[in-house]
Amino acid sequence: MEKYIFFTLSGLAIFSAIMVLVSKRPVHSVLYLILCFFTIAGHYIMLNAQFLAVVHIIVYAGAIMVLFLFTLMLLNLNLANELRKSILARVTAVIAGGLLLVTLVAVLKGLDASGPIMANTQIGMTTNIGKVLFNEYMFPFEAASVLFLAAMVGAVMMVKKE
Amino acid sequence: MNNVVQGLQLMPISYYISFCSILFVIGMIGVLIKRNALVIFMSIELMLNSINLLLAAFSVYHNDPAGQILVIFIMVVAAAEVAVGLSILVVTYRKNNSIDVNLLNQLKG
Repeated sequence: MEKYIFFTLSGLAIFSAIMVLVSKRPVHSVLYLILCFFTIAGHYIMLNAQFLAVVHIIVYAGAIMVLFLFTLMLLNLNLANELRKSILARVTAVIAGGLLLVTLVAVLKGLDASGPIMANTQIGMTTNIGKVLFNEYMFPFEAASVLFLAAMVGAVMMVKKE
Repeated sequence: MNNVVQGLQLMPISYYISFCSILFVIGMIGVLIKRNALVIFMSIELMLNSINLLLAAFSVYHNDPAGQILVIFIMVVAAAEVAVGLSILVVTYRKNNSIDVNLLNQLKG
């Protein structure tokens, strides 16, 4: 059962990730990316990381994708000036990616970590994440808010017309 | 809510490693083959997501919440990065009427 869920989610995620690159219109890319994010949220639920699953949907499918779509509609791109790299550059990129994949999988397969993981772990619950976040990681959490403020001010300053 | 996945035997970690490697490589290929800066940003998001999922998987595997906290911080940084990056994109588009990454070498000043 869990095998089927895992492979369905993984297949869907890889399919939509490839479609992000293959589709011609950027709007379709964004929509496939949303599908990919939802399948990854499903993976988080499979790992019993429920807080991460919900935050992932809110942040990525909610905030970042809206940002992408707004920018896309603001830019008003048309298909006529679709930019493509030369076929040689694309083939080289795919070969390089394939080599990296082979290397990564070959190296990481050697890990002595092939046993099944525990399903009944409770560390992904909101209570436990919150306790750890507000005790051990209090300072990075506050620093993140400063980072957000800086990003917000930077974004507004940058697009402001002189 | 606590029992959503109870009774499910989770997959071996090597499956997650393979899946996340594939996703990461797809994102990397996207960065290499695209000239539309918006799609390059999407590919970067894909790579960040694959890393996030692998961190969460290892955190569950080792029963250590630090990995999931790190995932939250990566999400924070990714959101900030997208906001600033897209605003740079809008400025570039205003200037050149195009978001070709080859034009971004004028950021050198």
